[in-house]
Amino acid sequence: MLILIKFLRDVPAVLGAVIVLSVAALAVVAPLVASPEAVFDGNLLERLQPPSSVHLFGTDNLGRDICARVMVGSRGALLVALSVVVLAVAIGVPAGLYAGYTTSWGSELVMRITDVFLAVPQLILALAIAQLIGKGLESAMVALGLTYWPFFCRTVYAETRRVRSTLFVDALEGIGASRSRILMVHVLPNVASPVIVRATIGMGFTILTTAVLGFLGIGATPPMPDWGLAIAESREYLPDSWWAVTFPGLAILATVLGFNLLGDGLRDLVDPRLRRSR
Amino acid sequence: MTLDPPPAVLEVEELSLAIDTDEGRAGILDRASVKLAAGSIHGVVGESGCGKSTLLKAILGVLPKRSRILGGDIRLGQRSLLGLSPEAMQREVRGRAIGFIPQDPFQALNPVFRVDTQLMEPLAAHGFRPDDGLAPEDGGSMRGHLVSLLKAVQLPDAEQALRRYPHQFSGGQRQRLLIAAALACAPRIVLADEPTTALDVTTQLQILKLLHNLARQRRLSMIFVTHDFGVVAQLCDEVTVMYAGQTVESGPVRDVLDSPRHPYTRLLLACHPARQGELAGIPGSVPSALQPPSGCRFHPRCPQARLQCGAAPPSRVQVGAGREVACVLYGGAAE
Amino acid sequence: MGRFILRRMLFVVPSLLGLLVLTFVMLRVLPNDPSAALAGENATPAQIAAVRTAYGFDQPIWKQFAVYLKQVVHADLGTSIVTGRPVVADIALRLPATIELTFCALLFASAMGIPIGTLAAVWHNSVFDHAMRIVTVGGLAIAAFWFAIILQLVFSMSLDWLPLRGRISVGMPEPAPVTRLLLVDSLLAGRLGVFRDALLHLVMPALTLSLGGLASIARFTRAGVLDTLQKDFVGYAEAAGYRRSRIIWVYVLRNSVVAATTQIGLLFGALISSAVAVESIFDWPGIGSYAVKAILTSDYKAILAVTLVVGVIYAIVNIVVDIVHALLDPRVAESL
Repeated sequence: MLILIKFLRDVPAVLGAVIVLSVAALAVVAPLVASPEAVFDGNLLERLQPPSSVHLFGTDNLGRDICARVMVGSRGALLVALSVVVLAVAIGVPAGLYAGYTTSWGSELVMRITDVFLAVPQLILALAIAQLIGKGLESAMVALGLTYWPFFCRTVYAETRRVRSTLFVDALEGIGASRSRILMVHVLPNVASPVIVRATIGMGFTILTTAVLGFLGIGATPPMPDWGLAIAESREYLPDSWWAVTFPGLAILATVLGFNLLGDGLRDLVDPRLRRSR
Repeated sequence: MTLDPPPAVLEVEELSLAIDTDEGRAGILDRASVKLAAGSIHGVVGESGCGKSTLLKAILGVLPKRSRILGGDIRLGQRSLLGLSPEAMQREVRGRAIGFIPQDPFQALNPVFRVDTQLMEPLAAHGFRPDDGLAPEDGGSMRGHLVSLLKAVQLPDAEQALRRYPHQFSGGQRQRLLIAAALACAPRIVLADEPTTALDVTTQLQILKLLHNLARQRRLSMIFVTHDFGVVAQLCDEVTVMYAGQTVESGPVRDVLDSPRHPYTRLLLACHPARQGELAGIPGSVPSALQPPSGCRFHPRCPQARLQCGAAPPSRVQVGAGREVACVLYGGAAE
Repeated sequence: MGRFILRRMLFVVPSLLGLLVLTFVMLRVLPNDPSAALAGENATPAQIAAVRTAYGFDQPIWKQFAVYLKQVVHADLGTSIVTGRPVVADIALRLPATIELTFCALLFASAMGIPIGTLAAVWHNSVFDHAMRIVTVGGLAIAAFWFAIILQLVFSMSLDWLPLRGRISVGMPEPAPVTRLLLVDSLLAGRLGVFRDALLHLVMPALTLSLGGLASIARFTRAGVLDTLQKDFVGYAEAAGYRRSRIIWVYVLRNSVVAATTQIGLLFGALISSAVAVESIFDWPGIGSYAVKAILTSDYKAILAVTLVVGVIYAIVNIVVDIVHALLDPRVAESL
């Protein structure tokens, strides 16, 4: 309870939470509000209309309503980011737990592999892997997940090592608690909070990266209402149709901002060392 | 016999000071008084948390942001320091009129700067020129001045030492560096905040000797804060005993040691040297500054407490040459 | 110090070897038919067969790796199916443009981010601090490619202040290539007109690229300064009569920057990643836009070569960062 009150006092973090919840709510209701016609078919007679009361954000080059597309686009963005982060957590957390808790050559190997993945900027490696798997959104997702897990592995590894080195794990092993039980009951809860923080910020980060891939034509494919793709498609109609580029970009900005603010707030909550209000 | 006391070069008079915390206002000092006579080494002794360090911070004008002075005065000679602007405090007082020796030599030096840079800083900050200084052997250069300072604190290889980083020195050597830094601008007054606490026993002794000799040679007046009556006995001429932010007793060291008056001083001396900074023999514990006892703050633990002790703080009464005690037992009527 | 540098360099050997294995696996092992993948989409069966023998895909895997290692050592990473030139030559030609861009972005990000972060820490919890927090979190949330387009929209298309794309104006004669860094070469040649032109072309890409870096530098400088301000030596410096401005801008900042240098390596990785999109938008002839073209044309060797080269540069940057760190903080070199 106390922790909730502390969180509610942190205005930017609450703002972040509100943004994230709104985007999530929007993603849920979007199909009810935005008709498939507005999103996919459009009306060529109404192409590149500026924002008006009918089309709040204007229309794109195929006469599709940008507001509707931005709203439906949030579904894709959240879903992709969630899948990527879940995949990365699913690989990175067990790997980090294993490497951090044991001291075998296997643990060494895991950390060396992590180092290799971290030796190249994530996007570059993801591009190469996406290329290998094939084109399309799914392969982009897998590539991002496969290149993002080392960050979780590192975090979990460091935290597990820290917990491992504290006395109580030794004491537990001394009284004969099983390894898996120690991991589940004692190590995992300690590891959970940094992972949650990382995952929250990772959501924002992945939305950004996915948008870049969509923009470059490597991720989402037309006619998906992807934010990055929409910006790429509308680029050639600049400078006249500024709205077609501006609003999807603002959607990215707001969503990522929400996740970052929330992640920052959560980090302050779980890691008092990094508290900024002191 | 009643001699006029020598003139005070630095006087803290009835200083009351509080710090606002999240839990409320903490009364750190309650009418604390210290009178530093010219050329004297004055020990301020008390348990940790009794406000000794805050007293030094108040003199230097480097109190934490949320602290406020509720009353009293701090005078350097004839001049009140409380009215000075922060700039004037930096320019004329800190490092210039008053040198400062910190408690922990391991933390006080910046690890990423060479020793000469850090020793030069107070000189530069006060526009100090070597020819203002004392020693003719400086050769008139800043560097020469620094070298002679390091020699004065008996640091070997002074020339080379200047080019090294703090972590390359031992704790005792670092404390010597900090003493040199405190003396850099030739202040007449030095404040030392438990400068030997972080050191091992043999080093402590060397540093104490060094401080004693330097103080005598350079005719310094020094306030030496400590929790250790043994150190006070070795080093100091006068002593002020503090308890929970109040000064309970002061006077020449010999007199106070031989015949302590205040019940707290007596118990403190009886405890020594059992444990440093901790009153094993006195029941109860140091009160919280958030809700200090009324009146004499020692009265809840005092074996000789009377009803009136909790009513109002006793005033200081003279009980001999240069001796004062704040206790109703000696007629210090509650005001 | 020499020993420190040597040991630090040995440190990266395992991960670079690992990177070689990784690229090898991606290039030769994972594809169903690596020969076909290497020969390109429109290759004839004869061409594919030729690739198979040339790369020794009929050989055991460790022999293939040996061949691959030999090729890498000889800087032979194959021929691009798009440009028809060796990918190493392509990359060598384009690398300076990327270096010039990222360096300027990093410089700008530091020049702005460090003072902003310091002031935010000194004026902790002030209006400035809160405003900067929102701005920097926002800076990290902006998609660089979108920001680039907005900049183009405003400063090129609408106001016509800055050139829309490219590294130099069409028709502007390029100075003799010495370093292949246009800003340096034009100055070396004494051609101020070219320098000005190149600088104007650099403004928007560098600004876009610096955005995320600026935000993170400001953030970790702020955290570093806040942390340093709590240190005993700051309280001591104040009590010893140092000037307040000197305490903050020399003593505290130096410690914070020392701590922050370790972050610059990470930052460089983020910059290279953003450069991929930013270079594409501004038609900046660097390896970022090269990588995008390679991917869109399935130029497999080119994309893996870029991965390898970026990995090596990344390692070098991190070594340099650590050396700088050790120079700034003498305790570091002694602890390794």
